[in-house]
Amino acid sequence: MTQTSPKLESKSPSGPIESRWEKHKFESKLVNPANKRKHTILVVGTGLAGASAAASLGELGYKVKVFCIHDTPRRAHSIAAQGGINAAKNYANDGDSVYRLFYDTVKGGDFRARESNVYRLAQVSTAIIDHCVAIGVPFAREYGGLLDNRSFGGAQVSRTFYARGQTGQQLLLGAYASMNRQSKNGNVEIYSRREMLDLVLVDGVARGITVRNLVTGEIESFAGDAVLLATGGYGNVYYLSTNAKNSNVTASWRCHRRGAYFGNPCFTQIHPTCIPRSGSYQSKLTLMSESLRNDGRVWVPKDKGDKRRPQDIPESERDYYLERIYPSFGNLVPRDVASRQAKFRVDEDRGVGSTGEAVYLDFSDSIKRLGRDKISEKYGNLFQMYEKITGENPYEMPMRIFPAVHYTMGGLWVDYNLMSTIPGLHVLGEANFSDHGANRLGASALMQGLADGFFVIPYTLGQYIASNPLPKVDISHDAFKASKEEVSQRLTQLLALRGQHTVDEIHRKLGQIMWDQVGMSRNAEGLKKAMDEIRNLRQTFWNDVRVPGEPNFKNSELEKAGRVADFLELGELMAKDALEREESCGGHFREEHQTPDNEAKRDDTNFCHVTAWEAKPHSDAISWTPHKESLNFEYVKPSQRSYK
Amino acid sequence: MADSKLMNLKLKIWRQAGPGAPGHFVDHHAKNVSPDMSFLEMLDVVNENLIKSGQDPVEFDHDCREGICGSCALVINGNPHGPETRTTTCQLHMRKFKDGDSIVIEPFRAKAFPIVKDLAVDRSAFDRIQRAGGFVSVNTGAAPDANTLPISKSSADMAFAAATCIGCGACVAACKNASASLFVSAKISHLALLPQGQAEREQRALNMVAQMDAEGFGACSNTGACEATCPVGISLESIARMNRDFLSGSICER
Repeated sequence: MTQTSPKLESKSPSGPIESRWEKHKFESKLVNPANKRKHTILVVGTGLAGASAAASLGELGYKVKVFCIHDTPRRAHSIAAQGGINAAKNYANDGDSVYRLFYDTVKGGDFRARESNVYRLAQVSTAIIDHCVAIGVPFAREYGGLLDNRSFGGAQVSRTFYARGQTGQQLLLGAYASMNRQSKNGNVEIYSRREMLDLVLVDGVARGITVRNLVTGEIESFAGDAVLLATGGYGNVYYLSTNAKNSNVTASWRCHRRGAYFGNPCFTQIHPTCIPRSGSYQSKLTLMSESLRNDGRVWVPKDKGDKRRPQDIPESERDYYLERIYPSFGNLVPRDVASRQAKFRVDEDRGVGSTGEAVYLDFSDSIKRLGRDKISEKYGNLFQMYEKITGENPYEMPMRIFPAVHYTMGGLWVDYNLMSTIPGLHVLGEANFSDHGANRLGASALMQGLADGFFVIPYTLGQYIASNPLPKVDISHDAFKASKEEVSQRLTQLLALRGQHTVDEIHRKLGQIMWDQVGMSRNAEGLKKAMDEIRNLRQTFWNDVRVPGEPNFKNSELEKAGRVADFLELGELMAKDALEREESCGGHFREEHQTPDNEAKRDDTNFCHVTAWEAKPHSDAISWTPHKESLNFEYVKPSQRSYK
Repeated sequence: MADSKLMNLKLKIWRQAGPGAPGHFVDHHAKNVSPDMSFLEMLDVVNENLIKSGQDPVEFDHDCREGICGSCALVINGNPHGPETRTTTCQLHMRKFKDGDSIVIEPFRAKAFPIVKDLAVDRSAFDRIQRAGGFVSVNTGAAPDANTLPISKSSADMAFAAATCIGCGACVAACKNASASLFVSAKISHLALLPQGQAEREQRALNMVAQMDAEGFGACSNTGACEATCPVGISLESIARMNRDFLSGSICER
């Protein structure tokens, strides 16, 4: 078994898993209510995790300063989540329980998550729904007035709460409203259009941040007693992804370069149901919620290269391949499995549409069975969105879908208290690596973001504040000045390049390398090639990119340039991590490690661990050292995942 | 996509260096535009060409490009979010235009939305209005089981319809008075239609309306331009609800 390196102690409590969180909360020190107001907490990011953390810490009486890159905190990318949020309520009376949600999540994550964390997530899931209803989130309801549920991939129970196709927006508006309430009470100060460009360490402890005011260009310092990073995932390293255009890794990466270890960077989720790309100008990919797989059937023509229109292909010449290969889960297999099978069909030349890079998602049977109105009520806005983008009507023609990068399970390594390897730096939501292992189940991202912000950090942060001396530090400290200086120098350097390539050109090239070699399936040769190509591209960037404009105005190109510079380092690390992990698990599929019927083949003897990378930044290069946290499965015994 | 379908377009775009600087229209050209491009992808291509020719790209706000975050905010040929109904700028596709078209592109204009640069505006007034009262005062951890509070499906659906507002500000840009009534009333209606929102219902309307006025938005004169332009179809009915709550709040306030 792998030895855990000393900096990666998970601090998970021991004892029966059902009582670990309770025990941990009881054993955590408390901060006296009168003392909380003496502590300033810096929260970076205002998605579900950041907004809920700011709100709950404000309610407790801490002084919170919260930062976001958008013009308003309500635009964070959590807003785009469509399908729903899981909770072990068992309202459907179909056999759900905290233990089953825990079990499904550990198994769905292909046994690469920490059991204690996942159990806690399943435990607090029910309180999230209660709280969100209380603050006015308009979840879908049955005619009797009670909450409605639907099912999602990787589960055989209905435990997903939803608000039509915009659950993310409704939950984010709820968390944002709670944060606004604390802002009105004076406990939360909101700083919009600010981008965190550095973490400030004083005596090795996270004590502040350096941000750029995106309107005036001013470089500003903020000091606090703890820094909470809730800045989301890094899917945009692939250029094309379902992430919003401004989603980026910079805040996490700046912390990584300051000493925070990066956990499992190669664990990327490719979402099976996205609208395929239409041309080279494509700027992003749009997700069609996984909930559509409840009522849509996935198929391709049985014949290779069949170019007939879908309605001209008779039933007997269609291959409903998910139903064929996985009779018990059918179209609701987990995301990694569904994506890989779509790729196999396209590789076999059975893809559809003008590019051949798509499969059909067909609603005609459901429309016959339930009627058009019922389908429209469930998915109306998604169908509308599909029609706007493609010009085709999905009530009449099957949707064309293809996998796209969607979520990153990897992220900054955190312990059970959500603290990174830098004391005082806590990481929440998608930005951390913790709960989803090698594959996230649908409707679990919203759950994790809100669990971390509303129900975990209020307890674990108290323990940190109460048990550390935290001498007073303000922004006149030399560490703040040095950080400001470094940040300014980097921006000046970017603006001085004035080369031939636009930032987007280089980003698109990086994306292509990542998609081809570090995408849905990976092999050693390709990964080594990708690392070389990325290093070369990084050199091209730093010699020959063109960043127009000036530093002291709104300058989107300058913002993008800094983010792409960081993606150019992250990409290399992702390839390195994928190369080192000589097994297939969840979203990480190594061609060298597969079963005879093309399923992922894990290696629990050698890889039942988290790899957390320590960065060694040099003046114009970066290298990494791997560290390991061993994973122990006391409850859910690792087995080959089977959805057949 | 066959080349014959590619379009060439003339763009007149509002350029303004910063909040205090004078602004003016500048002619730009968009060549070889595919009908499958989104409007913002067309602008991306224009910007890449500007950068390559040593000029400053056009600044505009955008993010999710799925019609939900509410960032994108362009007035296209006089219409906030362009010619298609129920559509945000990012979801508008170039197949709605013809080869040779001239397109005028401006920012959302309102006293309460000062211009940041070019087509990007400052909509933080919306945040301040919501901060004034757009919430239910319940602390984390205090809630009873979610199903102890049945809510009729019709109320839940109506509340949801109001809650779909994406906070883009098109209603303000469309209104000749630059009134924010549709936005504010959508926020008020969402909570007013749910039992959870009742305790603070009237106070919420009073506080949010007061802040709306303080921000410099105009009054509502019921022209309905806001409803017609709203990308998510928020109904004028919500303005009536806001007025009712404001009125009863004003009478009952003590």
